[in-house]
Amino acid sequence: MTDIRYLAPRTLDEAVGAFAASQGAARILAGGTDLLVQMRNGAVRPGTIIDIKKITELTSIEEAADGGFRIGAAVSGAALAEHPRFGRVWPGVLEAVNLIGSTQVQGRASPGGNLCNASPAGDSVPALVAAGAVVTVQGPKGRRQVAVEAVPAGPGRTNLGPGEIVVSFTLPPRPEGSGDAYLRMTPRTEMDIAVVGVGVSLTLRDGVVAAARVGLGAVAPTVLLVADAARALIGSRLDEAAVHAAAAACRAACNPIDDKRGTIAYRTRVAGVLLQRAVAIAAERAGRV
Amino acid sequence: MNAIDNKWIGRRTIRPDGADKVTGRAGYAADNSMPGMIWGKVLRSPHPHAMIRGINTARAEALPGVKAVVTAKDIVDFPLDKSVMLGIQDMRWMCRNVMAREKALFHGHPVAAVAATTEEIAAEACKLIEVEYEVLPHVIEIEDAIMADAPILHDFLRHEGKPSNIAATMVNKLGDVDAGFAEADIIIERSFKTRPVHQGYIEPHACTVSCTADGKATIWSSSQGQFMVRAMTSLLTGIPQSNIRAIPAEIGGGFGAKTIIYLEPLAVLLSKKSGRPVKMVMSREEVFRGTGPTSGSMSTVKIGAKKDGTIVAAQGTFYLQAGGLPGSPLRGPVGCSFAPYDIPNVLSVGYDVVSNRSKVAAYRAPGAPLGAYATECVMDELAEALKIDPLELRLKNTARPGTKAAYGVVFGSITFEDTVKAIRNHPHYSAPLDRAPAKGVVRGRGVASGFWFNAAGESSAQVNITEDGNVTVTTGHPDVGGSRASIANVTAELLGIEHKRISVLIGDTASIGFSNLTGGSRVTFASAMVVTQSTEKVIGQLKERAARIWKIDPEAVVWSDGAARPAGANAGQFPPLTLKDLAAKANEMGGPIGAGIQLTTVGADPGFATHVVGVEVDVELGIVRVLRYTAAQDVGRALHPDYVEGQIQGGVVQGIGWALAEEYLFDKQGRLDNASFLDYRMPVCSDVPMIEPVVLEIPNPKHPQGVRGAGEAPIVPPLAAISNAVHDALGKRFYSLPMSPPKVLAALDG
Amino acid sequence: MSKLHVTTSINGEPVEFLCEADQSVLDVLRNTLGLTGSKEGCGTGDCGACSITLDGRLVCSCLVLAPEIEGRQITTIEGMAQGDHLHPLQQKFLEMAALQCGICTPGVLVAAKALLERNPDPSETDVRYWLAGNLCRCTGYDKIVRAVLETAADMRGAA
Repeated sequence: MTDIRYLAPRTLDEAVGAFAASQGAARILAGGTDLLVQMRNGAVRPGTIIDIKKITELTSIEEAADGGFRIGAAVSGAALAEHPRFGRVWPGVLEAVNLIGSTQVQGRASPGGNLCNASPAGDSVPALVAAGAVVTVQGPKGRRQVAVEAVPAGPGRTNLGPGEIVVSFTLPPRPEGSGDAYLRMTPRTEMDIAVVGVGVSLTLRDGVVAAARVGLGAVAPTVLLVADAARALIGSRLDEAAVHAAAAACRAACNPIDDKRGTIAYRTRVAGVLLQRAVAIAAERAGRV
Repeated sequence: MNAIDNKWIGRRTIRPDGADKVTGRAGYAADNSMPGMIWGKVLRSPHPHAMIRGINTARAEALPGVKAVVTAKDIVDFPLDKSVMLGIQDMRWMCRNVMAREKALFHGHPVAAVAATTEEIAAEACKLIEVEYEVLPHVIEIEDAIMADAPILHDFLRHEGKPSNIAATMVNKLGDVDAGFAEADIIIERSFKTRPVHQGYIEPHACTVSCTADGKATIWSSSQGQFMVRAMTSLLTGIPQSNIRAIPAEIGGGFGAKTIIYLEPLAVLLSKKSGRPVKMVMSREEVFRGTGPTSGSMSTVKIGAKKDGTIVAAQGTFYLQAGGLPGSPLRGPVGCSFAPYDIPNVLSVGYDVVSNRSKVAAYRAPGAPLGAYATECVMDELAEALKIDPLELRLKNTARPGTKAAYGVVFGSITFEDTVKAIRNHPHYSAPLDRAPAKGVVRGRGVASGFWFNAAGESSAQVNITEDGNVTVTTGHPDVGGSRASIANVTAELLGIEHKRISVLIGDTASIGFSNLTGGSRVTFASAMVVTQSTEKVIGQLKERAARIWKIDPEAVVWSDGAARPAGANAGQFPPLTLKDLAAKANEMGGPIGAGIQLTTVGADPGFATHVVGVEVDVELGIVRVLRYTAAQDVGRALHPDYVEGQIQGGVVQGIGWALAEEYLFDKQGRLDNASFLDYRMPVCSDVPMIEPVVLEIPNPKHPQGVRGAGEAPIVPPLAAISNAVHDALGKRFYSLPMSPPKVLAALDG
Repeated sequence: MSKLHVTTSINGEPVEFLCEADQSVLDVLRNTLGLTGSKEGCGTGDCGACSITLDGRLVCSCLVLAPEIEGRQITTIEGMAQGDHLHPLQQKFLEMAALQCGICTPGVLVAAKALLERNPDPSETDVRYWLAGNLCRCTGYDKIVRAVLETAADMRGAA
């Protein structure tokens, strides 16, 4: 007989209340694709499991009048893929969310869980960073908004306060001429953890990059926003020099480790390669001929 | 090809066990449960190398719900100074493998086992067992283990008179290699490394055991041989074989690894102590940490040839990882590497090297892929240097009937060159190759060949005619990949009846005669042989019955198309008597109809394979993908073509994983770092293309249906074929597997 | 703490069971309800042998907590055939020998059925990526992929 409690609150206030009351002994259950594995191997042993999937705000997708999107933190990748519009506006984000695990895992895994698991290799995070997504967080002290890239603190650690729950991601309205892409390197075609992941979002105006953001995963303790790479692209016509400069900025931003999934040298080099490839795809999606 | 006029042999019939397997009803080992059953768990060593100074189980035993605890002192000891062999397994090592005795030899080595009313309590109790370890320095890699100052795992092992981690040496010799190399116009010598790879069966090891107060044990488990389970459990627990009944569950993959046991003796002892049925199931992590992968290797192969391509000498040196206890598959590389070729001077030497890893277990053609990897890559370089087509080089040197192989055999009818010609004539080999289809992408093509001994050995079968005139066939071999379907085809053919009237079963150790392992590519060969002989005896009985009914001489009766018919002078005199007719009259005409055969089969001629593969390399990321794969193999006769093709396709994909992605990775503390299906990267469905088998059917004259073993040869060529293809694409050779992206990119840079 | 009471639907039948808060659906199916058709190959969502559908969505039952299925609809391999009438995928797997040892087969079938319900005309690539979460070590996937593609073609023809 275990002494673990399972709660499935219907409101966010209840969830936040229970989470705060647990004083760190509770874990939030969204898709569970990381949590159940960690419970099984003994890495975590929560006193209470708080299932947030009965809370409408956390499981819904809304398209705002201005064209922005709000994605509930516990929306599964499969549900996001079924949204009639989201994948057309943010194909890179959708691809990234649906690179998390197999078809089976996509039926469960959520962007909120991927962010809070705080793996540097989480696939959805670089794409959401590139997208400029803002995270809505609710805790005992109320609601706040924070940039995606500000959430991870290090491997397995976040900057969320005690009792705080990630509620949703807000993606900004998409100007004409925008496109995004996410690419990762894995040895297998599927069912793998990113050795490097790169998200790119671009807005082109008359062939010139008006806005750009680059997110980089699995090459540092947290997913990175690579401002230098974006700066190298902005104002350019994505000529070879600009793209090479952006790739170099990605390589320079890398601070990886040697581990079972890749080496420092490999990760650093591949970050540049993927940046170039992701830029090409994003530019094409942005309508560059 | 032989003229084939069979009605059932060679047909793609539906397997007898199929419906159960597509509906989830088939009973695998972990699916069994019993009333009153409790759960067993294993406590494993947290150290890769440590003396065990003491074990205190008192706190665990005191935990409510705990029913029994066992340690090495409960297992029969096989002293180190006297070898006791069971097949190829030395019980000195097996008793120390199922439970650490004097020392823990790898991270994950069992040190105790607990049975409790729930899995959670058993796991909790494991934590309460106090083990006093004296931690020793550990050694993981071969190159470190054979150094003069390496930590020595076993002080009783001596090599060249000194304490050593080299546990054994195997030498195959033919002619005089020095004289041979002296004659050579060209000599190529290269060194290679491979990493240990796991068999990767999807079903973890599991068993349920019930021991009763009268000392009898019943074991339900998944293995490649219920008789091996019985014999090994008997030796390790001291229970006589007559008191152990081993019931084979359906087996969820084995590939050689389930030719030994891990859990059964522990569960027997726990059940005996507790008086309750005990179930034990390994987690996937335990499978990776605690069971045997196949050896990693360090090899050097040297081949000398004349300018015209005639090979005059070959030498191979193969160091294989054994794991913590001796017993790597030296015979694979030492015996198989040069066997496809007619080479007058051969020296092939293997070394069995222990280190602090889990003890290796058999894996599909054990050791042969390691040897073929080195040899077939050197063959490719030789062909390149001599500007000879690599297949022509093989044909020029092919072993033929009468060739003496270095492993001691003079070949009878062998068909290596047929496999080479099949690939040479296949459209894949001559298809145009777009070498640079896109920026940063290059393609190449490679070939390699392979050899496997194939085994025969002991098998038993019983064929019974049911009272209503149908048939049950029982054999003693777990069915790992459709062998029941082949047996149904053979029996239907011989009896001349509808395939669906035959039920094929796997007997337990109490219901069928001794049958050796499902392994060595022997089951279809051997079981078809004993089933054929049993069925022929049954046909003899049927003819005799008909003769008695017709009051004619049994010699004057033939069996054809499912019925006894009068022949010769009596032809047409009586209406035929069908199986149903004769079964209906069985009792009045002499009793039940049925026959069994127990036989040590012989005549399993070796298997050869030649493969061609097309690969694509992303030169910016270092990723190698297989685009097309064609595998030719002589199988003698495909009793059921689907399952023969399946063996080839499955073996090839395991080879692809071995070549490109799979490896055991250890951290600095000597712990396996990738003990999961996520990080131990077996190929997934989207990683591979269709695999085209080219099934040659050149009958083996020593088998009633012409069968030749088929299961293992397909995993022998892929490592070299893919390496050769990557070389063809990149112009660079790799001497180390897997060709993982960081390695490929580093080589391209360097 | 007492066990949790869960009411759910499995293969169209109402089912009630008691479970711990941290038990997986796979554990309950196999060890509480005796539905052993779903297999545990890894317990970590990496092999797909425990595939089921949850409200029609393909998931690994080892990665779903038992209390989560309160009021939901589960289907398992045991619910795939209708009486003694095999699903076309099951029949095709038999006819084309798309299984060897058979341990991955229940998960592969459940996953393939979910694919064909969403995409009746998948390409080989679609099938391969959809099934990438179902490890098979015996077949090299060849006959599995062919059987799924042929079943899809048959079902389109019959529709």
